[in-house]
Amino acid sequence: MTPSLATAQGLSGLLFLVFVLATVAGGLIAAGTRQVIRAVAGLGLSLIGVAGLYYYLGSPFVAMMQVLIYVGAVCVTIVFAVMLADTDEKNVRVKTSALQGALALIASAGLIWALSALALRTPWKDMTSPGAKGGVNEIGVALLTRYDLSFELISVVLLAAIVGSLALARAGRSKS
Amino acid sequence: MNLLTMANQLETYLIIGAVLFGIGLYGMVRRSNFIGMLISAELMLAGASLNFMAFNRFAAPEPVTGQVFTLFIMAIAAAETAIVLSIIIAVYRNFKTIETEDLTDMKG
Repeated sequence: MTPSLATAQGLSGLLFLVFVLATVAGGLIAAGTRQVIRAVAGLGLSLIGVAGLYYYLGSPFVAMMQVLIYVGAVCVTIVFAVMLADTDEKNVRVKTSALQGALALIASAGLIWALSALALRTPWKDMTSPGAKGGVNEIGVALLTRYDLSFELISVVLLAAIVGSLALARAGRSKS
Repeated sequence: MNLLTMANQLETYLIIGAVLFGIGLYGMVRRSNFIGMLISAELMLAGASLNFMAFNRFAAPEPVTGQVFTLFIMAIAAAETAIVLSIIIAVYRNFKTIETEDLTDMKG
């Protein structure tokens, strides 16, 4: 059955298409453009689109975290690095460029085709249980009970990453 | 297959995830500096997370597991970004470039 555009269902379907478009277009910009700052902007667009898809998958909490962490932290940090380093992509590989581009295109298109064919041909079994909920309450309980060890290990990993990145970026700088 | 009801099908999300992963692979091969490769890696991670979230919604008996997994992927990606960017800054300080082709000190 086809919901018309005037109903709430039709409008939400249209919004879903907008998010899909943002995801794919942002990804194409991020991978295709030559200037790094545009690639960062494309990455941000793509990640906002993915956050919208998470919302449609019934988890607004993860969507919010996606916007906060990826768009708000990761993209901004990459922009900082773009400003600190000279990021012009020079045409150093003009000779091999066309062949490499063709090969990369074939490889990625083949991968997309294979994964999509796999997704479409497999009869996925719906094993969802109707009563189970996946809200913020359940995520919090799961994080502090069953995934407790992983949760604590992730914080150790993040601490190590912070200390390591500070030490790496600090080395070689004069003490003035 | 109707365009406006695609949001309720598992296959839609799987295909979008595959497309994101493929775009990330293309960028990973094509980009010639480190920041571009990092951006492509983030795209691939986003595609993988999207698959987890889709299976979490449509196929998993417990709708929490995939969300927790996606949150962990986000944390790992943030740590990865911090480390990679500080490595990039250190490389730039020593070589004055972040092109992958120019770092050939250990080439025989």
